[in-house]
Formats: sequence, C-alpha cells, structure tokens
Amino acid sequence: MGEMEQLRKEAESLKDEITAARKAVQDATLQDTVSGTVVVSRVQLKTRKTLRGHLAKIYAMHWSTDSKLCVSASQDGKLIVWDSYTTNKVNAIPLKSSWVMTCSYAPSGNMVACGGLDNMCSIYNLKAKDGNVKVMRELAAHTGYLSCCRFLSDAEIITSSGDCTCVLWDIETGTQKTVFAGHTGDCMSLAVPLDFKTFISGACDFTAKLWDIREGQCRQTFSGHESDINAIAFFPNGNAVITGSDDATCKLYDLRADQELITYQDSSIMCGVTSIAPSLSGRLILAGYDDFNCNIWDSLKAERVGVLAGHDNRVSCIGVTADGMACCTGSWDSFLKIWN
Amino acid sequence: MERVIVSMQDPDMGIKMRNQRLLITVIPHAMTGRDIVDWLIQKYSITEEEALHTGNFLVKYGYIYPLKEPRNLCLKQDETPYRFQVYIHTIYLARKNIRKQGELIEYEKECYNALHKRINHTWDFVVMQAREQLRASKQRRKSDRIVLECQEQAFWLINRPPPGVMDILEEGPERRNGANTRVQLVSGILETCAVDIEHNRKSLGRNRIKSSICLESFVKYCEQYQDHDPIMQGCLPSNPWITDDIMYWNMNAEMVPMPTKLRVERWTFSFMELLNDPLGKKELLTYLEKEFSGTHTLHINTHIQWLAKVFIPLKRFHILQFLAPGASRWVNIDSKTMEKTLQGIKHPHRFVMDDAQMHIYFLMKKDSYPRYLKSELYKNLLARAVVPQETKKSVFPFMRRQRHSSPSPALVTQTAEDNGKAQPNTGKTNTGTAAQI
Repeated sequence: MGEMEQLRKEAESLKDEITAARKAVQDATLQDTVSGTVVVSRVQLKTRKTLRGHLAKIYAMHWSTDSKLCVSASQDGKLIVWDSYTTNKVNAIPLKSSWVMTCSYAPSGNMVACGGLDNMCSIYNLKAKDGNVKVMRELAAHTGYLSCCRFLSDAEIITSSGDCTCVLWDIETGTQKTVFAGHTGDCMSLAVPLDFKTFISGACDFTAKLWDIREGQCRQTFSGHESDINAIAFFPNGNAVITGSDDATCKLYDLRADQELITYQDSSIMCGVTSIAPSLSGRLILAGYDDFNCNIWDSLKAERVGVLAGHDNRVSCIGVTADGMACCTGSWDSFLKIWN
Repeated sequence: MERVIVSMQDPDMGIKMRNQRLLITVIPHAMTGRDIVDWLIQKYSITEEEALHTGNFLVKYGYIYPLKEPRNLCLKQDETPYRFQVYIHTIYLARKNIRKQGELIEYEKECYNALHKRINHTWDFVVMQAREQLRASKQRRKSDRIVLECQEQAFWLINRPPPGVMDILEEGPERRNGANTRVQLVSGILETCAVDIEHNRKSLGRNRIKSSICLESFVKYCEQYQDHDPIMQGCLPSNPWITDDIMYWNMNAEMVPMPTKLRVERWTFSFMELLNDPLGKKELLTYLEKEFSGTHTLHINTHIQWLAKVFIPLKRFHILQFLAPGASRWVNIDSKTMEKTLQGIKHPHRFVMDDAQMHIYFLMKKDSYPRYLKSELYKNLLARAVVPQETKKSVFPFMRRQRHSSPSPALVTQTAEDNGKAQPNTGKTNTGTAAQI
C-alpha cells in the first residue's frame, strides 16, 4: 500500500496548505466590520395567509418569479400551484408517484417540475393549449432519489440526487447534458444564482460545492459543517453562499475568500435546519428548523432577531418572493403560511 | 441489520416475493433461502459465504421467519420458504383489529396505520390471512384461545418489528455518506485520492480575497438594498398583504408610464439591475438610439437577426439588441470576437455566443451605462418619478393612533456610537409597529 500512503500524505499536506492560505486572508473579525451598521433589534412577521388544501406533509415549495404564484409538493401525491394572494388553487396536478421530495417553478412561469423517490424529475407544462396540465418530460437516469431540482430556463434544468451526483438536463430531448460528480454523500439541495453560470450543491458529506456549469467541474468546496447540509442558498449579491445543516447551525461561506465567514448558531437551538432563504437585501436570513419554528437571523451581526412560530409540525421548506415582499413556509402539518 | 431488512422490503429494489411451494401447499408472498442469499450478494457485492452468514443472523434475530421448520432458526440456501417478521406482525394486528372491531391500543393503532401505508400493495393478502387465522382459532377451546392470545400479545410487545420500517416514513430514505457505505475496493480509493489531490492543487492556486473586504461588501450591499427590502423597511403605498390593496403591485408593474423613485434609484446600483428591469432596459435603449441614430444600423441589424435565429433561447440576445444603436463602436472594436463567434457558429455549442456577449456586456457597462446615468434623460425620469403616499388605513373613530398600512416588520435603529447621540435615530424606527407591541 505504499502508493496509497503516499497519495494520502500528499492529499493531507495539500489540505493543510489550503487551510493555511485561507487563514492568511482572515484579517478582520465580523464584530469589527459590522460595528457601524444599523441594529436590527426585532423582526416581527405575521401570518397573512394560510394556504390549505394539502392532505399530507408538504415537502417542498417554490415561488414563481412574479412573486404571487407558488408551487408546493406534498406526499399526498399532489402538486398544487397557488395564487398566494387570493389563496386560490390555480392548478392541482396529480402525480404518478406520491413520494415527492422537491418541486420547482420555471422562471418563465410556463412549467413546473417535481421529483422524489421515483428517481425521476417530471416536468409539467402549465400552459398547454388544451388547458390540461400534462407531463411534458420525465427525466430518468438517476440511480438515487431526487432531492432538489431548479430550472435554468425553459430548456434546461439541474437536479441533485441521492446518488451523489447533480445533473444538467436538456428538457427538449430529455437527455443528460452534464453530470457533476464529486460529492461523496447524497446531494440534498442545490441553488442557482442570477447569472446561471454556476450553481452550488449541499450534500450529506458535510460539504457544499460550487460547480461551473460550462466546464462541468467543481470549482470550490466548502467544509465546516458537522452534519448533513440540508439546505443551501445564494446570498443576494451572488458572492456568498448560505447553508443550513443538521448540526443546528447555518453558515455563510464567501466565494471570493473561499471560506466560512459567519456561523449562525445559538446554544438553545439543538435541532437541524431544514430550509433556508435570505431576504431581498440579504440582511435577514430565514431558516426553518425541525422544532416547528423558523428563526430569523441578522446576517451581519449573527444574532437571532425573530421567530416565525405557527406551524404544528416540522417546517420543511421556506421561500422569499423575488420582490422580497413576503416569505412562505411549508410544513409537515400540511399548511403553507405566508408571512409578512 | 435493520437497514438491510428495510431495503429488502422495498417493493422495487428488494427481494421479489413469489408464491412458494411448501410440500404441496402454495404459500403466497414468501421468499426462498436462495433468493435471500442471491439478493444479499448482488446488493452488497459480498461473497456467498458472507451472504449466508448475514442471512443466518437475520433469521436468528427473528427478522425473517422460516415457514418450514420454525424451530430451526437458520438460513437454508435452498427452496425453504421464508417470510418477513413484519408480515406476521401485520397479520396479528389485522386479526386483532377485526376481532375487536377497531379497538386496538394506541400504539398498536399507530403501528397498524403505518404498516398499512407501508405495505399497501400486499394489504389484501394480509387481511385475508388474518381472517383465515381467526377462523382457525375459533375451532380451539376457549381457555386455549385466551392463553394463546395473552402469549401472542406479550410476544409482540417485546418483538415489535424493527424501527426501520416506520422510520422510513418519517426520516425519508436512508442517506448515505462516505462513512456508512461499505468499504470500497482499493483501486476505487486510489482514484478518489488522485482526484482529490488534483482538486486541492487547483484550489491552492486560487486567489483569495481578504475577509475584511468580503465582509465590507456584505455590509455595503445590505445597506444599499435596505430601503428596497420590504421586510426591513416596509413598502409604500401600502403592503398588499395587510391592506388588501394591490396598488403597490400596480405601481411597480413591468411597464408603467411612471415608475417609482425607488425603482429608478435602483438602476444606479449596478448594470445588471438596469438590465433586469424591463422598463430600465427600454429607457437605456431609447437613450442609445438618441445618441447613435443612423450609424450603420441596418447592417448590424441583419447580423443580429441572423445570429439570433441560430440560437435559442432568444433572451440571450437581449444584450445584442443594444448593438443596433451602438453600432459604430461595436463594428470597430469587435471584429476579432465577431470572427471567433462566426467560427463557432459552424459547430454550434451552447456557449459560443458567450464571448461576443461578454464583450458587448462589458463595453456597455463601462461606457454606455455610466453615460446613461449622467444623461438628461435619466435625471428627468428620476425627478419625475413617483414617491407613493402611504395609504391611510381606515380606523375606528375612537382610535387615537393611526395604524401604519405598511409597517416594516423589522425594528431598525442606528447604533448609539455611530452618531454620538444617546437616543436612536427616530427617522429609521417605525413607530407604528413599535406601538403595537
């Protein structure tokens, strides 16, 4: 095993060098930098609407870019498109497989996608000429459950799966364009920035990876979490990534400094984070937890400034509208609540 | 072990249950010893011996129940039929359910329902079995029956099926990571090591920006967008979710004759902000047309249209549309990029337009965009832009304090050290919300 030992030593020494390089650019503490900013002492959001209609646990929700429509997926086998303002159900789409774990709204508003334990991503066309919502494509090639999917456009979608890979699909042909392999644990979530050139994925190997879509390579890896990363999102300025994990913390990783800059944790919180979303300015980070609440963090001061309490079961998904007006939480108690 | 059992029972990936023969009777929904061993070998890539050994453990610990020789608890690698313990438990519960007509103890009810969901596909069979057994038991003497019942209850209290069965409904499918999957072959490890090293080397060479600069940029970004963040600062004229008045959305619709001041100010934040707003883009186009009217526009227009036809989605060419007015500059500088692009079109791939696009984008960003912001056109628009009045929420006559129709959920105060004064900067606090506490 001489070769293996050698390789392992080399990998270790490289890792140490990287850690040292990262430390070298740590020239300021968070406290010093943010001492002059305004203080957000309390944030109180109230439930404005409750969307009722699902019969089982809601596993995922996603806002449309128009900030009024949203889609939610539940294990009662339904994908419901809501007009959140009037609380009407615009579409109720029955699914072939009820074990759905994720859903996504296309930026154009023409399609929705969902997937789960059936290992497939099903794309539904909402604007079909005859008015019926039908399956447009079924993207099947993953060997593990589908944990998250996000549209890049009406022609492309990225999916993350329990088989430790993420895949970029061409929706027209239904084929895989690029496979992003590198995680050593199930990929649990992914997020796409505004420029659609890269994306990030969080996995059960406790790391988050930034991928270059064009080259199909992993550009950066961020570690530091002590347990599975369940949720991941881009900071609104596109230069940082926020992650939520089963170790009850959220972390902010800066892409340019290539390291973790801020950790959001509190000794009174002991349950895992299931979902995460930043507010429009990025000043507030909303995170859903296993203890049935959402906590609101001041992203710069790393302090908890509010709680969204109102669900009777675990908060499984959270999303902030594109105009920053409201946030929606979906829970295992089968309700979606809009907060403002 | 429990994980193995759970995955065995997976209707798709698990062992296929078939009708097995026991002497002359056909027993539905059972599996042979051979099946178990084969499945273990296939799923976990282990040898036959190991599979046999594992299988034996499963039987010894009671997860699988042999139907031929119940006393001999070992796995026989042959046609001896086996069945999962869970089925037997389910049958027991079903029987009890039928007999007591639904009066199961709380946890049993839970179990029952959960099992129902889990093995839905074989439910009919289970119920049938339960009924059979009930009928058979009626033939025994009453005292025997009572004894047997107590015995069974005690048995099942202790020997409930493995928790893995219920958990899958709660926790989702088993999550794997490098730590809990079986040990990979040596060559696999070498490969991953090599890949890791390569990745780490590249990572080492990367240019890292100081954390102070990064943190500063966050602070600046948050400050800049604070007024635009409805959760931080509230929104005028009123929050539609509270007042049920959609004026806010109407005033900020894509194409309004007169945009709001906030919206126009936002265009100064970055070029992307201007481009992302359809109204902003239209304004920029108008400006450029005014500046460069008449210069080779026809010639460039045809180029753009031809390029646009080649690729989908068309939205990638929004930027190229700007080329029409800015034509003269583009033609002079960009011939190299144009050539490269035309070459690439012969073998089209997804990113061939990116070079041309990026070039034009940076050109506009450095040149046209700042000039637009300084132009009369923009300044006029900013001056005319609307600052919506906060709509007065109707209140009961005896209410002294007026409720704000667009409270900001966040209570924001200036830090005391910052401005040297003791009291917080009241300009930023929203007194309406504070009063409602």
